[in-house]
Amino acid sequence: MIVQTLSETKAPVTEQPIFELIEVEQVFEVPKPGRSLFSRETVGLRALDGVRLNIRKGTSLAVVGESGSGKSTLLRVLLGLDRPTGGRALYRSKPILEGRATGVEFARDVAMVYQDARGSLDPRMTIGALIAEPLRHFKIVPRQDEAARVSQLLDRVGLPADAADRYPSGLSGGQVRRVAIARALASEPSVLVADEAVSGLDVSTQAQLLILLRSLQRDMGLTLIFITHDLGVASFLCEEIAIMYLGRIVETGPTDAVLDAPSHPYSAALRAAAPQFFEPLSEPLSGEIPSPLNLPAGCRFSTRCPKVQDNCRLKDPQLGKLGPRRAVACLHPLEQQ
Amino acid sequence: MSVQMTKGVAAAPIAATPSPSAKSRRSVFIRRPFFTAALLVAVAYVLAAIFAPHVAPFDPVKQDFNVMMKAPSVVHWMGTDSYGQDILSRVIFGARYALIIGIFSVMIGAVGGLVIGLAAGLSGGWAEWGLMRLIDAILALPSLILAVAFIAILGQGVDKVVIAVGLSMIGPFARTVRSDVMQVRVQLFIEAAQLMSISYLRVVVRHVLPNVIFPLAVQVTIRVSEAILVSSSLSFLGIGVTPPTPDWGLMISEGRDFVSFAPWMSAMPGFALALLLIALSIVGDGVREEFDPKLGKES
Ligand SMILES: Nc1ncnc2c1ncn2[C@@H]1O[C@H](COP(=O)(O)OP(=O)(O)OP(=O)(O)O)[C@@H](O)[C@H]1O
Ligand code: SF4
Ligand SMILES: [Mg+2]
Repeated sequence: MIVQTLSETKAPVTEQPIFELIEVEQVFEVPKPGRSLFSRETVGLRALDGVRLNIRKGTSLAVVGESGSGKSTLLRVLLGLDRPTGGRALYRSKPILEGRATGVEFARDVAMVYQDARGSLDPRMTIGALIAEPLRHFKIVPRQDEAARVSQLLDRVGLPADAADRYPSGLSGGQVRRVAIARALASEPSVLVADEAVSGLDVSTQAQLLILLRSLQRDMGLTLIFITHDLGVASFLCEEIAIMYLGRIVETGPTDAVLDAPSHPYSAALRAAAPQFFEPLSEPLSGEIPSPLNLPAGCRFSTRCPKVQDNCRLKDPQLGKLGPRRAVACLHPLEQQ
Repeated sequence: MSVQMTKGVAAAPIAATPSPSAKSRRSVFIRRPFFTAALLVAVAYVLAAIFAPHVAPFDPVKQDFNVMMKAPSVVHWMGTDSYGQDILSRVIFGARYALIIGIFSVMIGAVGGLVIGLAAGLSGGWAEWGLMRLIDAILALPSLILAVAFIAILGQGVDKVVIAVGLSMIGPFARTVRSDVMQVRVQLFIEAAQLMSISYLRVVVRHVLPNVIFPLAVQVTIRVSEAILVSSSLSFLGIGVTPPTPDWGLMISEGRDFVSFAPWMSAMPGFALALLLIALSIVGDGVREEFDPKLGKES
C-alpha cells in the first residue's frame, strides 16, 4: 500500500490520504490475570494489532465493531493522544504525533466530538464561552466578531442563539451533543472525528443529529470519521466502512458494497444478524468473543468463523486488497455474486 | 428540527428562560425561608460590626462600678458585667472581632490551602507525597490544638490570633482543594482542552482553577464559623486576645465565675456566638446548593 501511494503521486490531490495507518499496533501492559498480590507481572493486551487504514480527504468513514474491538483506541491514535506501540500513523504523510507537537495546526484541523458530550464541556462555562474558546485559541475571528460567530455556529447546529447564555447542565442530551458539534466546528476543521456521537439518545433525536452531521459533512466538505455500534447509522451517514474485530480491521470498502455483499465471514455475520436501525450490534454469533489478552492462533476469527478451514488456525490473514476499493483480512473471502 | 427544539425546551423548563440565574436568584429567598432568615441574621451581625460605635448604647470598655453585675434592664438590655461594662455594647463590638478574626484567618487558610492543594494535586510523584505528608501531619491535630501551638510561638493579640487560626486551617483547606483537583484533572473536558493544544498552564488557569475555586468559596463560608469558634475558644482559654477587648470568648470566660448569680454575663455573648455560627452554616449550605451550576437540573 505504501508503494501504491508513492506511485500515485501524480494522482489528483483528493486521492492523497489524509490519514494513513500502517501496521499500527497498540499493546497495553495490564496486570496479569490471577497474579498474586505482590507480583508485578504484566501481560500485553493487543488493543490494536496490524491495523491498516487509509482515509481519503473528504470521505466519511464509519468504524464499526463490537465493544472492546479497539475502536476508541484507534481513535486515540488518530488524534495523537496516544503513541502507538508499533507501526506508523501518518497525517498528511507526516507522523501524527509530530504534527501534534509542532504548533496548533493539527489540533485546529482535526476536531473531536466525544461520546460523553456533557463530560467534554466544562460545567462552569456558558455555552457561548465554550464555543468561543476554540475561536479565540485558534484566532479564528477577531474578538469583536466572536459573539456573532457563536450565534452563527449555534444556528448551524440548530440551537437558538439564546442558548449561548446557558450552562451545559441546563440542556438536554441532544442539545448538548449539538453544542459539542458546534464547538468542534468552531475551529473550522477539515476532519471531524466522532466517537458514538449519537448513541444513548432517543430515536428521533438520533435521526436529527444524523441528518445534521450528514449535511455538515456534505456542505463543508468535511472528512468524517464516525465510530458506531450501529450498521444502520453507518450506512446512512458514511460512504465507507471499516469493520473491526479484536483489534484488527477485517474489512473495508464502500459501505453499501460491503453491507450488500460482505467478503469477510464476520461482516456477513453482522449483516445476517439483521441489525435494526438505531439498535446496537446484537451478538452476531454464538461462542464468546476471545479475550484480547489471549488471541487465537492463526486467524483471530477462527474460533467463531462458520467458514473456518484447516489453514485458518495456522496463518494470520492481513488486510489485503480485494477489488479496486475493498480490502479484507480473510484467507477464504466469501464469493462475490 | 424545530419540533425537537421545542421538545428539548419543554423538557428543561428551568433552563428555558434566557437568563436562568437571574430568575433563580430572585426567587431563592422565597424558596428557602431558612436561608433567608439566616442571611438576614448574618447581615445584621455584619452591620452591627461595621456601625458598632453608632449602634452600641455605651462605650464597651467604660467601667462603671455603680452598675456592676446588673441584670438586664431598660438601660442595659443585656445587663452589665463585673466591671459594670454594658454587655450589649460589648457584644456588638465583639461582633467586630469575631468577624474580623473569622474572615481574615479563613482567607489565610484558604489561600495557603489553595496553593498547597493545587501544587499537591497537580504535581504527583514525590512532590505530592511530601506535601501530603506535611498536610497529614498538620491535620493530625485538631485546629484548636494547632492554634494553641501557634499562639505559644507568636504571642497574644488580635493579629496573632488571626495568623494562628489561619495557619491552623491551611491543612483542611489544602486537603479539600487537592481532592477537588484530582477529581477535575481526570475529567473529559480537561482532555478535550488538551486536544485543542491549549497549553497546560492555560488549562489549569481556565479549567482546573474555576472548578476548584467554587467549592473552595463554599468551604470558606462554612469555615468562617469554625474560625470564629476556634478564636473564641482561644480567648476563653485566656490565651487569645487580651482583656479588656470585648471578645465573646473572653466574656464567656469572665462570666464563668458568676454564672450562678449573674448568668447573663456568660449567656449573652454565648448566645450571640451560637446564633452567628448557626446563621453562617445555614448560609454556607444554601450558597452551595443554590449557586453550583453543576447541580443544575438535567433533563
Ligand atoms: N488504557 C488502557 N489500558 C489497558 N487496556 C485498555 C486501555 N484502553 C483500552 N484498553 C483495552 O483495549 C481493548 C479495546 O478497547 P476500546 O476502548 O478501544 O474498545 P471499543 O471498541 O472502543 O469498545 P466500546 O465499543 O465498548 O467503546 C479493550 O479490551 C480494553 O479493555
Ligand atoms: S481466515 Fe478462515 S477463520 Fe478467518 S475469517 Fe477467513 S475463513 Fe474465517
Ligand atoms: Mg469506545
